Amino acid sequence: MAYSDKVLDHYNNPRNVGSLNKDSNSVGTGIVGAPECGDVMKLQIEVEGDRIVDAKFKTFGCGSAIASSSLATEWLRGKTLEEATAISNTEIVQELSLPPVKIHCSVLAEDAIKAAVSDFKRKHSEEEA
Amino acid sequence: MNGPIYLDYQATTPVDPRVLTAMLPYFSDVFGNAASRSHPFGWKAEKAVDNARAQCAALIGAHEKEIVFTSGSTEAINLALKGVAKMYASKGKHIITSLSEHKAVLDVAKHLEKEGYEVTYLAPDEKGRHSAEQIEAAMREDTIVVSIMWANNEIGTIQPIHEIGKLCKERGVLFMCDGTQAAGKIPVDVNEAGVDLLCASGHKIYGPKGVGFLYVRRKNPRVRLVAQMDGGGHERGMRSGTLNVPGIVGLGAAAEVARLDLDSDAEHSASLRERFEARVFKALDQVFINGDEDNRLPGCSNLSFAYVEGESLIMGIPNLAVSSGSACTSASLEPSHVLQSMGVGDELAHSSIRFGFGRLTTEEEADYAADEIIRAVNKLRELSPLYEMAQEGIDLSQVNWTGH
Repeated sequence: MAYSDKVLDHYNNPRNVGSLNKDSNSVGTGIVGAPECGDVMKLQIEVEGDRIVDAKFKTFGCGSAIASSSLATEWLRGKTLEEATAISNTEIVQELSLPPVKIHCSVLAEDAIKAAVSDFKRKHSEEEA
Repeated sequence: MNGPIYLDYQATTPVDPRVLTAMLPYFSDVFGNAASRSHPFGWKAEKAVDNARAQCAALIGAHEKEIVFTSGSTEAINLALKGVAKMYASKGKHIITSLSEHKAVLDVAKHLEKEGYEVTYLAPDEKGRHSAEQIEAAMREDTIVVSIMWANNEIGTIQPIHEIGKLCKERGVLFMCDGTQAAGKIPVDVNEAGVDLLCASGHKIYGPKGVGFLYVRRKNPRVRLVAQMDGGGHERGMRSGTLNVPGIVGLGAAAEVARLDLDSDAEHSASLRERFEARVFKALDQVFINGDEDNRLPGCSNLSFAYVEGESLIMGIPNLAVSSGSACTSASLEPSHVLQSMGVGDELAHSSIRFGFGRLTTEEEADYAADEIIRAVNKLRELSPLYEMAQEGIDLSQVNWTGH
């Protein structure tokens, strides 16, 4: 399997690896995938107002899955929640030049973003309720 | 360490210089067709082939007339199973094999199913072994052949071949054994083991690619096959096609070297494997040996590293030439069918790597390989949400995953 230079770069120097406090009210956590499928992504966002000020990830998966989630955290920083949910997997595919067999990695990253945003929103709707 | 280190000896091996030297004259100097009976060019080629036939027979305790040269193990397996199925169809149409066999056996079995044969695929135990009792329980009146490999290519597990052979003898069922990984690596004697058909391949034993043989028992019982290749009736009618003389000479030479060096080769590979595993286990927790620790091919180490995924792990060790799953299927994203058949969970199956140690591997390389894998696993575990959850004491099997 030949990897693009960008995938290799994210794999060798993953951005924003780590964890945020999942119990914090300003943090949204998305965990998608399953170990038996060979990939699990955990993506977390820290939100101030409507804007994402920090994003962290941890991924169990192939190089493309790691790169997709690493790239997602880079893109998320500074975005509003609305802008974040507008990120689509095809943008990730293009940026990383993912081959067809690896498209599911980008889908997983998109799902992780949406899951993190909805986790954050859920926390706040409960607060308001 | 310069360049990638080769640790994929179950996939293929380099040609031994002694083998290459033996082969070279047979490309241009002694180029005759072994089937040419009317002149010395043909006689010389035939003599070389006969010599190689004896060398191959000696490796497995057979008679030279029981060796049929083929293009390798895949062809030998096709010839053995399809040939036996066709020949003995009037006796029965039931075949017994294992879910952990090589694709060459499994795909031939599937092919035969389409032709009206019935195949029982037995699941091995958690170490990859089959007992004679399990096979006996699957036998029927119409069972014609049992096909169980001597040693597994992915995990190295060695089967209780002698017990299976004895059972097959008692029940009058033919026993086909894929000996590709075993012959030349561990003692193989077809008569002691009661094997009726056995295949082997040159390139697994430091010989050339594209050549192998099928052992076909000619006494007690005499095994008969329907040829799968029609033509000039070479190899006593069982495999037509002009003999690949240089390849066969190489196969014979490789068989002889392997037979003479069997003990020292095995000791060498096993000691490197032990050294490598000891170093890895000392540095990392949650590493599992796939296969049967007590009954393994000497140079084979199949390990699962919990909480990291195999493909990313291989990406993290660019200086090690290793395999995730078997080489034939490593382009697919499916976890190994062998590990699945043994009941290894998909999660651990996804994180398995096969390390193969062989004749040319050095202690320095084994140490370097261990250090590289330790470094990569530690790095990926830092990245792994599963490792983090496990550290927090979360039982991963109880998590409600969103599968996709």
